Amino acid sequence: MTLEAVLLVSAALFGIGVYGALSQQSFVMIMMGLELMLNGAIVAAVGFWWGTTGGNPEGQLLAIVVMAVMAIEGAIGFALVTNVYRVRKADITEKLRKLRG
Amino acid sequence: MSGVIDLLFWAFGASAVVTGWLVFRTDSMVRAAYWLMASFVAVGGILVLLDAQFLGLILILMMAGEMTIMAIFMVMFMMNPAGLNPMTMVHQHRASIISGAGAFIVLALVALFANFLAEPVPTGAEPTVDLGVELLGGSMLVFETAGVALLAVMIGAVALVSQQGRFGDAEAGSLEPSLETEGP
Repeated sequence: MTLEAVLLVSAALFGIGVYGALSQQSFVMIMMGLELMLNGAIVAAVGFWWGTTGGNPEGQLLAIVVMAVMAIEGAIGFALVTNVYRVRKADITEKLRKLRG
Repeated sequence: MSGVIDLLFWAFGASAVVTGWLVFRTDSMVRAAYWLMASFVAVGGILVLLDAQFLGLILILMMAGEMTIMAIFMVMFMMNPAGLNPMTMVHQHRASIISGAGAFIVLALVALFANFLAEPVPTGAEPTVDLGVELLGGSMLVFETAGVALLAVMIGAVALVSQQGRFGDAEAGSLEPSLETEGP
């Protein structure tokens, strides 16, 4: 287990997340792509903490901040999806061609 | 010992990537939520192997809760009940594949060819104890800011989805007033 291997796994997760966030039509599936990208970011952050900082705990703190971002993204994302569905009856991106409502 | 750790790392790494891929390949959105959870559990295993036991376990705990909620939302917004029919809901597919593969290749090149410092966690260190001291010591402001941000998000999420406000409909206070004055 080397830092390179950890970063490769992180890059693969991030790449899949980019693909999902760009290609999916359903709002909730786009959010899953975003979560996968943050998942890769956590792996990379903890990998760097493990391999390059000599055990400085501030590196782990970065991972905790990323987890908070994940929770915030989930909560606000679902609130927005619910609101958009209520106002526009839209559940896929193609139904939101106009920004003005 | 290090052989076992290597084997476990590659098993967790491969299952994190494969289950992450299956999220976008399954026909049922509920199954997609649980594949994503499997990916997070594998990443939690990787974090435990990387000496971050606390982070790995709270990641698993947090994601078990979040994905259960997500599965409920998936049922609410699912266009294809129970995944009985094949489902591909994609747009700009070729561009997305190119962007995803491009992101992977660029990051992998950085991972393989950049020179990073080699200062691993010293043996005998206690990362969980250090993290606890750091969270309630030097970095307390960061930690508390994350907590306040989560509180603000809870209020914001409730405000976004509420149907009724104090003065009638939820958007009653945010509509523009009309330009015409009433009365003389």
